[in-house]
Amino acid sequence: MLQYVVKRLIGIIPILFLVSIFIFLFVHLIPGDPARLVAGQDATLQDVEVVRQELGLDQPIHIQYFNFISGIFQGDIGSSIKTGRPVFNEIASRFMPTFWLTFWSMIWAVIVGLLIGVISATKRNKWQDYLGMFGAVSGISMPSFWLGLLLIQVFAVQLGWLPVGGLESWKSYVLPSITLGSGVAAVVARFSRSSLMDILKDDYIRTGRAKGLNEHKVVWGHGLKNAMIPVVTMTGLQFGFLLGGSIVIETVFSWPGLGRLLIDSVAFRDYPVIQAEMLLFALEFILINLIVDLIYGFLNPQIRYD
Amino acid sequence: MTEKMLEIEDLKTYFYGDEGVVKAVDGVTITVNKGETVGVVGESGCGKSVTSLSVMRLLQDTPGEIVDGSIKFEGKSLLNLSEKEMRMIRGNDIAMIFQEPMTSLNPVYKIGKQLEEAIKLHLRYDKKKARIHAVNMLNLVGLPRANEVMNEYPHQLSGGMRQRVMIAMAMACNPKLLIADEPTTALDVTIQAQILELMQQLRNESNTSIMLITHDLGVVAEMCDRVVVMYAGEVVEESDVYTLFENPKHPYTKGLIGSVPKLGQDVEKLDSIPGNVPIPTNMPSGCKFAPRCEFAMDICWKKDPVLLETNDKHACRCWLYQDQEKALEV
Ligand SMILES: Nc1ncnc2c1ncn2[C@@H]1O[C@H](COP(=O)(O)OP(=O)(O)O)[C@@H](O)[C@H]1O
Ligand code: SF4
Ligand SMILES: [Mg+2]
Repeated sequence: MLQYVVKRLIGIIPILFLVSIFIFLFVHLIPGDPARLVAGQDATLQDVEVVRQELGLDQPIHIQYFNFISGIFQGDIGSSIKTGRPVFNEIASRFMPTFWLTFWSMIWAVIVGLLIGVISATKRNKWQDYLGMFGAVSGISMPSFWLGLLLIQVFAVQLGWLPVGGLESWKSYVLPSITLGSGVAAVVARFSRSSLMDILKDDYIRTGRAKGLNEHKVVWGHGLKNAMIPVVTMTGLQFGFLLGGSIVIETVFSWPGLGRLLIDSVAFRDYPVIQAEMLLFALEFILINLIVDLIYGFLNPQIRYD
Repeated sequence: MTEKMLEIEDLKTYFYGDEGVVKAVDGVTITVNKGETVGVVGESGCGKSVTSLSVMRLLQDTPGEIVDGSIKFEGKSLLNLSEKEMRMIRGNDIAMIFQEPMTSLNPVYKIGKQLEEAIKLHLRYDKKKARIHAVNMLNLVGLPRANEVMNEYPHQLSGGMRQRVMIAMAMACNPKLLIADEPTTALDVTIQAQILELMQQLRNESNTSIMLITHDLGVVAEMCDRVVVMYAGEVVEESDVYTLFENPKHPYTKGLIGSVPKLGQDVEKLDSIPGNVPIPTNMPSGCKFAPRCEFAMDICWKKDPVLLETNDKHACRCWLYQDQEKALEV
């Protein structure tokens, strides 16, 4: 098990290396010229060239890539073109707000989604099922900027219970995490419903009933753990997506997170920040995949780690 | 007077599907006396499993419904019990073994946990006592390394071992009635023989009544006291096992028996009766066996014969043994 984890962690290095090439090429394909942006609108062509040299952008692209990679190995991922501050600091200050927002959103979304899914599956075609699935379809189809604005209007502007935006206290988390999690809760609900409905047709469920177990034990004890196996994968993927920071939600709630950092840095063609941020997303995805695989093995004893 | 354990009387279980009503079980009467092993034979799809699931009242997740008849266990009606009362009986007084050993155990839990579950529930043992009892049961069903198997998952066991676990689970609370739905069908022949031997041994030790569903006549010959032959949701013949093999009456039974029964003779693959079981939504009127029967007469196509006890405890549903003149007059 530990051996497996170590092996997987080592395996991340070549993957990240490959990913870094793509990211690098991709970032440099974005049209626009950072040297021009830094130098300012009324800079002369010469001024722009000087800036370009300072930033190292005059070098051939493979040299630039080599500098980028060797920087990483020396523990230096460069400085922001826009602010001049180290990229590491730029990202670190934005990571935690996004992480916690994602974390709390996922927590409530998974719990509520599972509850709705299980109730819908066991009360198939009854009003509880229709209500649950109506909620789920609404959650999926409602645009998050619209839900976000609605919540702000009601709970922040009119009732004044919660802040309009920004990050000051735990109260700041409430509205954005409701907004961010509602889509996830809906997906989890639908997924766990169909997964559990399939599982409840299985032979061992009949065995459980034939033993004299009550429906509660049959569903939560014997059904759910099996039904969770596909749900975990899906939830992990969602978590990975959200960790990148939701651009829409961070904008609506003026959230100081990675999503807004990404738009800002793309707007400014801040290559080092964009690259670092994308590399971080890749790393997050890979790590989450590993965690999902571990949970998978915990749920499904037929998986062997070797 | 023999004591009656299970009395299924005129049971009708229908399935309501898109293509109409399937009368999977249509007026079945089966009695299992105390200490007796009754075989239920018939081709696939004739309603054997539905009959047993009806007794356990385990049809709730299917489109099936018990529409008529009665099921009595030790004289009390099971169909009138609340779901809660029924749960006290399932796995306790009446236990069941299924055809599919590979899928009947939950893949994500250890054998021990699955065995202890019913023991704790019905015998009210604490964890430690339940575990000891579970290990004893595994030993009883002849599983080697019982202690280790407790900590293993189903996928680590072979089909035969899993069926032994299922038997251990079924016998754990010392049931008065065991319903075994084709317990050996999915296993290969040598394992089949071992499992049958085990069931015989357990029956002799515990005096449990058994309703043994099978389409293997060899199993019937070896295990059963009495036999019920089913065809298309009905009982077509019933007698003690000797009489049935010595003197079968119904043309369907005759076709099934054909030659001397031996272990592994599978009704499923029997080709001495041409044709197929009729499609349940499209039952012929008259005798349901008529389209395949070499003795079919005019009356057979017009009127369904009744299950008639011809002489001592030998019942048969066939016009060849019934007063046709009288029937036509009515
Ligand atoms: N879950 C179900 N849904 C619909 N029809 C069913 C279901 N289970 C059984 N049936 C119907 O009942 C008939 C008898 O099935 P079954 O009792 O399983 O036969 P067998 O004698 O092989 O055990 C089948 O032909 C099928 O049409
Ligand atoms: S009733 Fe007629 S068709 Fe049916 S089994 Fe007897 S002889 Fe054959
Ligand atoms: Mg069957």
